[in-house]
Amino acid sequence: MTEVLPEHPDFLWRNPEPRRRYQVLIVGGGGHGLATAYYLARNHGITDVAVLERGWLAGGNVARNTTVIRSNYLWPESAGIYEQALKLWEGLEQDLGYPLLFSQRGVLNLAHTPQDVREGVRRVYANRLSGVDAEWLDPVQAKQVCPILNISPELRYPVLGATYQPRGGIAKHDHVAWGFARAADALGVDLVQHCEVTGIDIHSGRVTGVRTTRGEIGAEKLALCAAGHSSVLAAMAGLRLPIQSHPLQALVSDLLEPVQPTVVMSNTVHVYVSQAHKGELVMGAGIDSYNGYGQRGGLHVIERQMAAALELFPVFARAHVLRTWAGTVDVTPDASAILGLTPVANLYLNCGWGTGGFKATPGAGWCYAHTIAHDEPHPLAAPFALDRFSTGALVDEHGAAAVAH
Amino acid sequence: MLLIECPWCGPRDETEYHYGGQAHVPYPEEPAGLTDEEWGRYLFVRENPKGPFAERWCHTAGCRRWFNVVRDTLTNEILRISTGST
Repeated sequence: MTEVLPEHPDFLWRNPEPRRRYQVLIVGGGGHGLATAYYLARNHGITDVAVLERGWLAGGNVARNTTVIRSNYLWPESAGIYEQALKLWEGLEQDLGYPLLFSQRGVLNLAHTPQDVREGVRRVYANRLSGVDAEWLDPVQAKQVCPILNISPELRYPVLGATYQPRGGIAKHDHVAWGFARAADALGVDLVQHCEVTGIDIHSGRVTGVRTTRGEIGAEKLALCAAGHSSVLAAMAGLRLPIQSHPLQALVSDLLEPVQPTVVMSNTVHVYVSQAHKGELVMGAGIDSYNGYGQRGGLHVIERQMAAALELFPVFARAHVLRTWAGTVDVTPDASAILGLTPVANLYLNCGWGTGGFKATPGAGWCYAHTIAHDEPHPLAAPFALDRFSTGALVDEHGAAAVAH
Repeated sequence: MLLIECPWCGPRDETEYHYGGQAHVPYPEEPAGLTDEEWGRYLFVRENPKGPFAERWCHTAGCRRWFNVVRDTLTNEILRISTGST
């Protein structure tokens, strides 16, 4: 029997024992951590790098998101970093030499109230000023983009229009993480799995290394990149972050023929939908209200999300929920990320992407690598410094981020 | 869905409640005397533990009163429920 089984496919990365010291340690082997490691090596020639992951690579939020990619945020600061990410997405398959199933099928953000319409139109104009492609569509035009969309005025929350970003879309999340991991590994980065950081050593205000479940590891620079667990890690360095960790749920249907040609999001009725290449409908909800690290949420959130989806897409009535799950998202008070330096020398922070970190993966990695390499914020990351919560220079993206980030 | 025991109404589904975040966060006694950092910490920074967490819930669909819960944020086990004004 063993003779007829195929060989294991080639491993995409080594599984090395951690060395005792590295120039840069990245804590968190998700999409952002792997992208950061890759760009450290590729853009800055820093290859003495290890990524420490407490579980297996790409098993956290990068495995649990709904893969939506867009850059149509309101403020120029956000448009800058998300548009940088989108431009990187557009060349990423060639850059990594790995298929990512990146599909620019467009993103619709629906408006259901007069205030939604005003905000949507304002965002379209703001996007154009920031160099982001954006259009305002009336309901009929929105239905031309997405023929299964119900634009009946009889709906409880009728579709009054939509913003449309044609360059938005989706990608295969696992492939994204694996592509970055494979490329980083090939450049010499050590990807160390099952290695949980249990303490951070600081002497005279400088990070000297970490304690882990696989021993002590020294570091010249330490870069935290742990999304929902950022508060737990930062506390090891004596930092309190303006972050609350919440469950965020998503689900998929059984495999269906192609019916959903684009990505449709609605903040007002709390649902966002796309159809994966394989055929399942992928839907996300809003966060569960309470703080939670359990990677699960309440069914009532799913029920509300399904009710909204069914009203917008009556054709979904015959679909079945195949599975639901949750990730732990790191939510900030202004719905924008925290990326930059910290009060501790040589300790860097990338977190707070909340419900929308996947789309930022290459842009966050690009800017974070620059910040670590030069010990100063990348220009696109500078507005997202931790100290904005004392200066008051918030980047308020609740309108563009909201539930459907 | 969580099952939370209101101190006045008894055990009810989570959907009857509104979440209020961390408990025992007093308003600063002299807000005008705070530095920007201190004021920022009061406005924006709350505990975010993985484990027991003292938090506020309001029974919005019932008696509409606030109370305090200590809940484990990893397991969702409710460890203690008490009445209290903050």
